[in-house]
Amino acid sequence: MHMADALLSPQVGGVLWGVTAGTVAYCSRRVRQLEDDSTVPMMGVMGAFIFAAQMINFSIPATGSSGHLGGGMILAILLGGPAAFLTIASVLLVQALFFADGGLLALGCNIFNLGFIPAFIVYPFLFKPLAGADPSRRRLFLACLVSAVVALQLGALGVVLETTFSGISALPLSSFLLVMQPIHLAIGLVEGVVTAVVVQMIRQQQPGLLQLATATPARPVFSWRRTALALLLVSLLVGGIGSWYASSQPDGLEWSVAKVIGGELDSTSSLIATLDNWQQRIAVLPDYDFASATADNSLWSSRFGTSLSGILGATVSLTLIVGLGVLVRKRNQR
Amino acid sequence: MAGIEHSLFDLSALDTLAYQDSPIHRLDARAKVLTVLVFVVVVASYDKYAVLVLLPLLVFPVSLLIMARLPVAFLLKRLALVAPFALLVGMFNPLYDQQVQLQLGGLAISGGWLSFLSILLRFSLTIGSVLVLIAVTSFPAICHALGRLGVPWTFVLQLLFLYRYIFVLGAEAERMVRARSLRSFHGRGNGLKIYAALLTQLLWRTLERARRLYRAMLSRCFSGRFRLLSTSRFGRKELLFVVGWSGYFILLRLGSDAAAVRSWLEGVF
Repeated sequence: MHMADALLSPQVGGVLWGVTAGTVAYCSRRVRQLEDDSTVPMMGVMGAFIFAAQMINFSIPATGSSGHLGGGMILAILLGGPAAFLTIASVLLVQALFFADGGLLALGCNIFNLGFIPAFIVYPFLFKPLAGADPSRRRLFLACLVSAVVALQLGALGVVLETTFSGISALPLSSFLLVMQPIHLAIGLVEGVVTAVVVQMIRQQQPGLLQLATATPARPVFSWRRTALALLLVSLLVGGIGSWYASSQPDGLEWSVAKVIGGELDSTSSLIATLDNWQQRIAVLPDYDFASATADNSLWSSRFGTSLSGILGATVSLTLIVGLGVLVRKRNQR
Repeated sequence: MAGIEHSLFDLSALDTLAYQDSPIHRLDARAKVLTVLVFVVVVASYDKYAVLVLLPLLVFPVSLLIMARLPVAFLLKRLALVAPFALLVGMFNPLYDQQVQLQLGGLAISGGWLSFLSILLRFSLTIGSVLVLIAVTSFPAICHALGRLGVPWTFVLQLLFLYRYIFVLGAEAERMVRARSLRSFHGRGNGLKIYAALLTQLLWRTLERARRLYRAMLSRCFSGRFRLLSTSRFGRKELLFVVGWSGYFILLRLGSDAAAVRSWLEGVF
C-alpha cells in the first residue's frame, strides 16, 4: 500500500526524501561502476516488466479474489540490491506522477517502504542467508516466500510508523497496525508464492540469471555474524509487532478481513469490501479505547509521550536505520 | 488489476495532453517541477486542522488548469480514482478525535471532522498539482529537468528507459491476457500454474528485449546519456514563475495562523 501526501508531515516526508535521495545517488554510483554495462537496459525493461506483469493476474483458489505480482523481491533476486533499488524507485516515481499513487512528498516514504526494505534489508540479510549458494528446490521456495512476506510486513509497518509520526491521522498506532499487518500478511503470502514460482522457473531455464551464487563467490556463504545480525533484526521487528498483537488482539476477525481482501487493494470493488469490513471492525470492537480517545484532541501527542508502543516503534526504526547504515557501509568496504 | 489496462490507456492520454501548446507548456520543465515541489511541501506543512486556510492554495492548480486549457473532467476522474486511500485513513479521524474545535452557530464541529476535511483537501491539492504537472510537461522533459537539477544521470536514464518500455511491454502483456481469456472457459486456465508460465514467458521476452537493446546501444556508441536537439532555457519567465508562485505559497503559509482564523470565524458566527 502506498503512503499518501495527505497523511504526511513535511518533517517525516523530508527525512525519508533525504534517505531516499542519498540511496539513489549511492546506487547510481554503484551501477555506473559495474563492469557489465548491460545492466542499464536490463533495469529499464525490468521496471517495465513489473508494470506489464501487473496486468496479468490469476484467481486465488477458494477466495474468489485474484492476485498479481508486486515485484520488489523478484527485482532484487534478478538484479541485486542497488540496481533493484533504482528500478523500484523509478517505477514508484512513474506511479506517483501518472497514477497519482501517493504523491511527491510521500515518494520518499514509498521508495523506502517498497524499495529500500526489499533491496537492502530483506534481500541481503534474509533472502541470501536463507537461500544460500546452491539451494534445493524447497529451500529456494521457502526463501522466496519468507522474504516476500517479511518485506511486505516491514513495508506495511513503515506506512504505519510514517503515518503516526506525522500525526495527521488520528488513528491510534495499535489499531492501524492491527488493520495493516494482517492484510499485508495475506498479500505477502500471495506475493511470496508468485515470486517463488517465477524464481523456480527462471532457475530451471536460465539459472545464470539469479543473483544467488554470483554475488558472494569467494566467501563462505554461511557467516555467524551476518546470520546473528539478521536474526536480531528480525526478532526485534517481530517482537515489536508481536507485542502489539498480544496486547490488543481481540478475536479472529482480522483473519477474515485478510481473507475477504485477499489479493490487492487497488480495485474499487475490493476497496468497498475493505471499507465495509473496517466499519464492521469498529462497531464490533468495544474493547478499543474509544472513551479516552474522545478526551483530548492532541490525543496522539499525549499518547506518544507515554505509550510504550510509541517508544518501541521509535527504537525499532532507529535501530533499523542506524544498524543498516553501518552494515551496508561495512559490506562495501570489504 | 482489471483497471491496469485502463491506466495504461490513461497514461498515454496524460502523455498526449503534455504535447499540447500553451504558455504553461512552453515553460522550462525545471521551473514547473520546482514550483510543484515547493507547493507540496507548503501544503503538507499546514496544521492538521487547517481547512479554510488551505483554500487559497487551490488557485495554483486551477489557474494552471485554465491557462493550459486542460480537460477538467478527465483530471477530476483521475483524482477520484485514487481518493479511496485518503478517505480510508481519514474517515477514522471523526471517530477518534471528537473534541469540539469550531462552533458555527448552533453547530459544533469536532476536531476529527476538521482534520478529515483537511486530509481530503490536502489530498486534492497535492495529487491535483502533480496531475497538472504531468499534463503540462511531458515525462521525458521532466526526466531531463531532473537530470539538470542534479539527479544522477543513471537514474534519469533508468526513468527514460522505463517509460519507453512500459508501453511496449504493456501491449505485450495485454495480448497475452487476451489470448488466455480467449482460451479459458469457466475460469479454468486462470490458476497459478498458467499464470506463472505466462509471467515467465513475459520475463523471457523482456530479457530478450534487453539483450537486443544493449546490442543496439553498443552499435550506436551510446555514452550513457541521451542527447537532445533542443534544450529549453531557464529564463526570466521561468524565474518569475518559480519566484512568483513560491512567494504566494509562502506568504499564504506565513499569514495563515490557523488559530487566528478560527477565532475570527467564531467572532463572525
